[in-house]
Amino acid sequence: MIALLTRDLKLAVRAGGGFGLGLAFFLILVALVAFGVGPESALLARIAPGILWVGALLACLLSLDRIFALDREDGSLDLLATAPLPMEGIVTVKALAHWITTGLPLVVAAPLLGLMLSLPGPGYLWLFLSLLLGTPALSVLGTFGAALTVGLKRGGLLMSLIVLPLYVPTLIFGAEVARRGAGGLSVEVPLLLLAGITCATLALLPFASAAVLRVNLR
Amino acid sequence: MEMKVTDLAVARGGVPLLAGVSFTLAPGRALILRGPNGSGKTTLLRALAGLQPPLAGEMSFDREAVAYGGHADGLKAQMTVTENLAFWAAVHGLREIGPALAAFDLEGLRDRLAGTLSAGQKRRLGLARLMVTGRPLWLLDEPTVSLDTASVALFAEAVRGHLARGGMAVIATHIELGLPEAEVLDVGPLKAALPAAQLDDFDEAFL
Repeated sequence: MIALLTRDLKLAVRAGGGFGLGLAFFLILVALVAFGVGPESALLARIAPGILWVGALLACLLSLDRIFALDREDGSLDLLATAPLPMEGIVTVKALAHWITTGLPLVVAAPLLGLMLSLPGPGYLWLFLSLLLGTPALSVLGTFGAALTVGLKRGGLLMSLIVLPLYVPTLIFGAEVARRGAGGLSVEVPLLLLAGITCATLALLPFASAAVLRVNLR
Repeated sequence: MEMKVTDLAVARGGVPLLAGVSFTLAPGRALILRGPNGSGKTTLLRALAGLQPPLAGEMSFDREAVAYGGHADGLKAQMTVTENLAFWAAVHGLREIGPALAAFDLEGLRDRLAGTLSAGQKRRLGLARLMVTGRPLWLLDEPTVSLDTASVALFAEAVRGHLARGGMAVIATHIELGLPEAEVLDVGPLKAALPAAQLDDFDEAFL
């Protein structure tokens, strides 16, 4: 398991691994929004939590199709399936590697980009926390989508269409935490709901992903 | 551990390919699968490896004993020869990759990126992977593709060494491997009859 994680991390940072792509996309998206809306800091401050959350979500989506497609192409997936690792473990490690290479950099970068959108002072902590809690769910849900479409050529768009609706609850409560935090309101309820969604996806989806992967390998 | 397969039937994409495949393989023995293209050798090997369920029949052997080697080698182009091999060794809970490198004459290529290897060198690395799985039953699909004569001899030597240690091998191949002691199973005559009526309406909707 640890060998698989270190291999995936190693591959991500080597040539063509795609590490940083999501981060760069996030940066550009936020910059474009700032340019598009114009220098009205009051308006920017109001939409900042939502924009940052949508940006993080889209950046996450960008690298999802790589999770299984490359392993499928070079035959590693067949070999991993016959290896002594349980399939549920493989998909969990894959999701974890995706989170470390995509989700975690977004969590760290988001407060910095919040500055660009003049996010109000108390919002930074809650934006950081909500992304930290929410992005693991994005990776796990994305892994499920990637497992569903692994055998398809050009399955990336189909995967986006499957995965994006699944991201809605995480987005609603994640952005709500950041919005309320920025407005100085109580964040307890959306924060708990966000944590609940993440825990539920972490607990249930690896089994679903493993099952569809087994079917797709046939 | 003996490998016993009784009346196995396999299908690919909903089309039955083989039926009534039966054989027994004792430790230290190898089985060569022969048959024309499209006769179902790959499908049979994938079923034996547990990658797809058989239509019918019984397989009695330990699934954890299987090391599968398909058409693709499972190599990462951005990792070196050593890293690739060490990864598969670690996945199978082993550390030692020296003997595998030596057996397939890869020692001079240790630090080369797998992406820069020639097709034959990649295949040798893919076959060396079998030796770091530590598993007794090798299921190999066309293992000699893109290998030169000298490498085929290396491969035959590795298989013989594996059998001598009590291992087993099922190999689908078209060429002469130089393993006269191996049993041969021709899957050509085992072609399944096409039972068109077996598909019900529900399945048909998805085919």
